[in-house]
Amino acid sequence: MRLFQGKQRALSDTALSSSKHLATGLSRRQFGLTAAAALAMPAVLRAHESPKITSKGTYDVTVDRVRIDTGNFRKMGVGYNKSQHPTTLRFKEGEEVTINVTNNLRESTSIHWHGLILPFQQDGVPGISFNGIAPGDTFTYRFPIQQAGTYWFHSHSGFQEPDGAYGAIVIEPRDGERVRADRDYVVQLADKHPHPGSRIMRNLKMMPDYYNRSQRTLQTLIEDSRQDSLQAALKDRGMWGRMRMMPTDIEDVQGFTALINGRSTSQNWTGLFRPGEKVRLRIINSSAMTYFDMRIPGLKMTVVQADGNDVKPVTVDELRVAVAETYDVIVQPRENKVYSIIAESMGRTALVRGTLSPKEGYAGAVPPLRPKPLLTIADMSGMMGGMDMGDNVMQSAGGMQNMTGMDHSNMGAASAPTPQAMDPSAMQGADHSDMEPSAQPAMKDMDNSQMSGSSTPGMNGMDRSGMAMSNGDDPFYAPGSGLTPKAYNGGKFLSYTDLRAARPLYRNRTPSRTIELRLTGNMERYIWSINDVKFDDADPIVLNYGERVRIRFINETMMAHPMHLHGMWSIVDTGQGARNPIKHTVSVQPGVTSDIEVEVDAPGQWAFHCHLSYHADGGMFRKVVVKGRPA
Amino acid sequence: MMKCFKLAGLAGFLLPFAQVAQAEPLIWGFQAEQFEYRSMDGEDALVWDFDALAGSDEMKFVWRSEAELGLTSDDFEKLENQLRLQFPVSTFFDAVVGAYAGTPDGAPDRYAGVVGIKGLAPQWFEIDADLFVSDHPFFRFEAEYEALLTNRLILTPSIEVDLPLKDDLARDRGAGGAVVEIGARLSYDVIDRAFSPYIGVNYEASFGDTKDILRANGEDTDAFAIVIGTRLMF
Repeated sequence: MRLFQGKQRALSDTALSSSKHLATGLSRRQFGLTAAAALAMPAVLRAHESPKITSKGTYDVTVDRVRIDTGNFRKMGVGYNKSQHPTTLRFKEGEEVTINVTNNLRESTSIHWHGLILPFQQDGVPGISFNGIAPGDTFTYRFPIQQAGTYWFHSHSGFQEPDGAYGAIVIEPRDGERVRADRDYVVQLADKHPHPGSRIMRNLKMMPDYYNRSQRTLQTLIEDSRQDSLQAALKDRGMWGRMRMMPTDIEDVQGFTALINGRSTSQNWTGLFRPGEKVRLRIINSSAMTYFDMRIPGLKMTVVQADGNDVKPVTVDELRVAVAETYDVIVQPRENKVYSIIAESMGRTALVRGTLSPKEGYAGAVPPLRPKPLLTIADMSGMMGGMDMGDNVMQSAGGMQNMTGMDHSNMGAASAPTPQAMDPSAMQGADHSDMEPSAQPAMKDMDNSQMSGSSTPGMNGMDRSGMAMSNGDDPFYAPGSGLTPKAYNGGKFLSYTDLRAARPLYRNRTPSRTIELRLTGNMERYIWSINDVKFDDADPIVLNYGERVRIRFINETMMAHPMHLHGMWSIVDTGQGARNPIKHTVSVQPGVTSDIEVEVDAPGQWAFHCHLSYHADGGMFRKVVVKGRPA
Repeated sequence: MMKCFKLAGLAGFLLPFAQVAQAEPLIWGFQAEQFEYRSMDGEDALVWDFDALAGSDEMKFVWRSEAELGLTSDDFEKLENQLRLQFPVSTFFDAVVGAYAGTPDGAPDRYAGVVGIKGLAPQWFEIDADLFVSDHPFFRFEAEYEALLTNRLILTPSIEVDLPLKDDLARDRGAGGAVVEIGARLSYDVIDRAFSPYIGVNYEASFGDTKDILRANGEDTDAFAIVIGTRLMF
């Protein structure tokens, strides 16, 4: 099956009519019939469908050095089509796209189509997919659009993405949008920093808390002493100080200006509506480092899609968008008034306000930042061994393996609910100053008891959302985590457990094996790794075409990591079996173990990494090689 | 100032080792903990203490320079340059090997090999402990703590202990007679962490045989200074 050897078809009327929706950022769209057919491409087998090409489109994208003005500061950065406002590319499912990318920079560039299923040579990762695009060159991407939904694209070269090289992709389903909406807006978030990415990385290497201006100070010591007692406050600081960890270590890079569609609060991105209309917001987090919590005070948001795949609608008051994730929500503002779209960073160091308004020229209210969260001992549970107790890193890993081993034996096959996290309450009881290697067995016992409590056979297939509701905790956070989100109005905050695939892409089958990936790092040196090995020193992960593998992320750091596998879907195990949501980026919170399953249906070599720019560059990155190909 | 460059030859010798692990982008930077004017009873002085570094996660090459320049005499009371290789040995500590040249005015030059550790001790104490190996060996321990009064207003107490292991009479040092320097600097981060001006106090005192030697020579055995300067980092 050679995808590109299909006949050159006449354009369908729908494709032509969709062209009028093209964003202004798109410079030109041609329907020329290029020599795509001549290009030899490897065959790609999708388990769910074979792409039918119904139209062709040509798009031009330039990569330029642009002046960026956030209202707070100006800087030179990188942009597409000469703009600081992200370009939106609108495709149609079944379209064969030709995208000419012209590099007007003085350095090599690349574009990765984040979340798109395509031949690996088109994936845009220098050194893995291709050689990059040299200065002055135009590279032509050609691939069939085999999916629908909201995605995005960005440079995979150096720090061009944090410097501004990102845009949106909206793909209309073959038969038109499945969820009716009167308005359709991209809401693309970014954390624009005054420093260039390369300088940020260097500063973090020199001093990992260079950008942390939310640290605990004499002032907070006094406040805490009043609240508890001086003794308690000092003891708490002593505990963190012994480990040389900071409970404020939530956002590595602060001091940015948050943007919606390239516009800051003062520049006020505005989407218009008429009261009663249904408005679809395609939320994309294109930040380098920042998780954003999204809310529209006064409106419920109905989540209909996550990472491009439809989910059963779930109505929430607030949701957290990890770096590189996308969520489509429907809102229905009924009143003739102005609403604020608020994206507030997870560490509460910045927010951006956009506006939904019946008329141009209005701006919604800007709420104050909510109190900054602090990490807790629960968020450290994954790095128990990492507290500079010599070789305990290894011991801890051993403990983990025991734990996961148990998980296997007790839970059996496919629907072992994840994530599992250690019980922090018991850990809080332990005196960490005296935590010797000998304390490890006790910890394991504790884990086991917790595990066995929850891993009875009856657990299989249990709905985790119900579980989450029963105790109010999101199982994708360590119990007692300081990062567990709460909705601004005390209402519903979206959890992964709420995401149920509307149309599963694959038959639900048992994975042939489990690959454990411990997410590791050395914060003080700003080295990030997987299984304690940096990308530079690591062998590729080898997958076999046709297999289904379970990948177990064990977060042994204190930071959240949005893990992104290129080329193949990540089916997040939320305990819902066939309805497990299908994503391209999976956030693994500190101290948590989360499983994904991957149907290995894309030959070639792919990137697999934490999508925080400076974590990926710091080494939390792997090459994945898929061996074999369809018969 | 030419003395700063006396170790250029050594740099040429050490650099190839620093470049062993260069698959990743070069990490480089400049960090001056002290760059200050010291107002003292005797002669006021210009003092600096900086590290310039380049390398990778696995190996860094550091030029460390410490100096005290008398502003009336234009003499270096102290001028030390070290070329150091720094590589991780534990989560929070690096081992150091290198070469030392102490070339003040009015005293004989001293050259030594350096072995030591540098890192972050529990409770956020930044530690340097170095052994200087030569005919006139000595041990040096430095510790520094950054107390955040606010996120930008920072009080930095520090201590430096020089412990001669043998007599070095030409430089007024007696075996076991420590020279201790303690300071406290109150800085404010004006531009990121790149420019952080401070005011502070610094006190230096000699003990044991060193103190006796200084006293016998009719020199001060301690010195108190008000300092004004800036931390620099880029």
